[in-house]
Amino acid sequence: MIPAQFEYTAPTTVDEAVSALAQGGEEAKVLAGGQSLMPLLRLRLAYPELLVDLNRVAELRGVRDEGDSLVIGAMTTHHTVVRDPLVNQHCALIALATATVADPAVRHRGTFGGSLAHADPAGDLPAVTVALDAEMIATGPNGQRTIPAGEFFADYLTSTLQPGEILVGVRVPKLAGWGFHYEKFNRVAQAWAVVGVAAAVRRANGNIAEARVGLTNMGATPVRARAVESAVQGTQAAPAALHEAASQAAEGTHPPSDLHGQADYRRHLAQVLTGRALAAAARV
Amino acid sequence: MPRISVKVDGVTYDDDVEPRLLLVHYLRDWLGKVGTPIGCDTTNCGACTVLMDGSSVKSCSVLAVQADGSEVTTIEGLAADGQMHPMQKSFHEEHALQCGYCTPGMILAATDLLRDNPNPSDDEIRDGLEGNLCRCTGYQNIVRAVRRAAAEMTESAAATDPKEARV
Repeated sequence: MIPAQFEYTAPTTVDEAVSALAQGGEEAKVLAGGQSLMPLLRLRLAYPELLVDLNRVAELRGVRDEGDSLVIGAMTTHHTVVRDPLVNQHCALIALATATVADPAVRHRGTFGGSLAHADPAGDLPAVTVALDAEMIATGPNGQRTIPAGEFFADYLTSTLQPGEILVGVRVPKLAGWGFHYEKFNRVAQAWAVVGVAAAVRRANGNIAEARVGLTNMGATPVRARAVESAVQGTQAAPAALHEAASQAAEGTHPPSDLHGQADYRRHLAQVLTGRALAAAARV
Repeated sequence: MPRISVKVDGVTYDDDVEPRLLLVHYLRDWLGKVGTPIGCDTTNCGACTVLMDGSSVKSCSVLAVQADGSEVTTIEGLAADGQMHPMQKSFHEEHALQCGYCTPGMILAATDLLRDNPNPSDDEIRDGLEGNLCRCTGYQNIVRAVRRAAAEMTESAAATDPKEARV
């Protein structure tokens, strides 16, 4: 289908983008990579009056080193993130998960910030940012603020960005000496994860010193599997112990039932995939 | 209406377009480049894949206005001097098409894959083409064709000045 009519502006700075968004009011929408928004426009599930296209805002692209953390520009494409040396060295979980997002053509256009602001709990990157305790950097008419990833995802397709605010970047702490894995179960490349598990593990003396686990598509927002994180702390870094701890992965979750799986199936998947993700992250 | 200037298959076009005009509709309806088919409407199937500044994109998910200043290659611009591109030739030789609907997108996605990885394994070929669906399920021969093109392109690149090697 052909999208409904809209006005279009392509600012070249964040300041211009914030002004354009303010002028457009409630009927304005930010266009990032467009790999979710364009299909919604085509299907006329969304009909904004103004699109503020961020693709020409150069300052929103790229990854920079800030000492203890990296800042990934919101408009950095998935293709770039997967190959970025800083991301691979300091936050490899992001590169691993991003490599599983859709397919190469979508990764050429789709952006890191766009997938997060879209706040789809079935998207791969929200759970990763939650697992890594990343911080979202938002700029709006009242200046800049940071939002912890755990407070960024409010509901299905809903973030806590205020009207007029733009996600400009994500600050991710460097995790030296950790192992990572993103385990995803889906039917085909373009399908959303039925369930996904983002795991980060720090080993010490053959045991798990610390672990963080984020779950994709196990509720209206990405969630941390806190029960697993507690259970796994101090256990032996061995498959049996990790799978045992992973049996608590579905605790406190409210997974959806849809065409791809019922809630109880997702609870089962979360346990199995969490066990695999922990084992892979711990290299056992 | 915004004015755009886009180079498509080597020719520059200047046009005033509605913001909502999709790149695939611009290519087909305005420029007559009907070699780029529309498949699914939802960024799934990859039939409408073109190269935008050298990278594969699904042209149903890009606005024409976003292509302003870009260089776009469709299947119609891949042959040079009346000679099929090695990827086109390999698809022909290996019978890598049945109905042919996915073929333009497959060929462009495959050339993009080889740009990144000139000598892919079968698994890497399948991964690289995961965004392109063949409803005839003729994947075996598609993978063979990409493998063959990779071998031929590597060979011809080695035989010529690297600066002149194609794609």
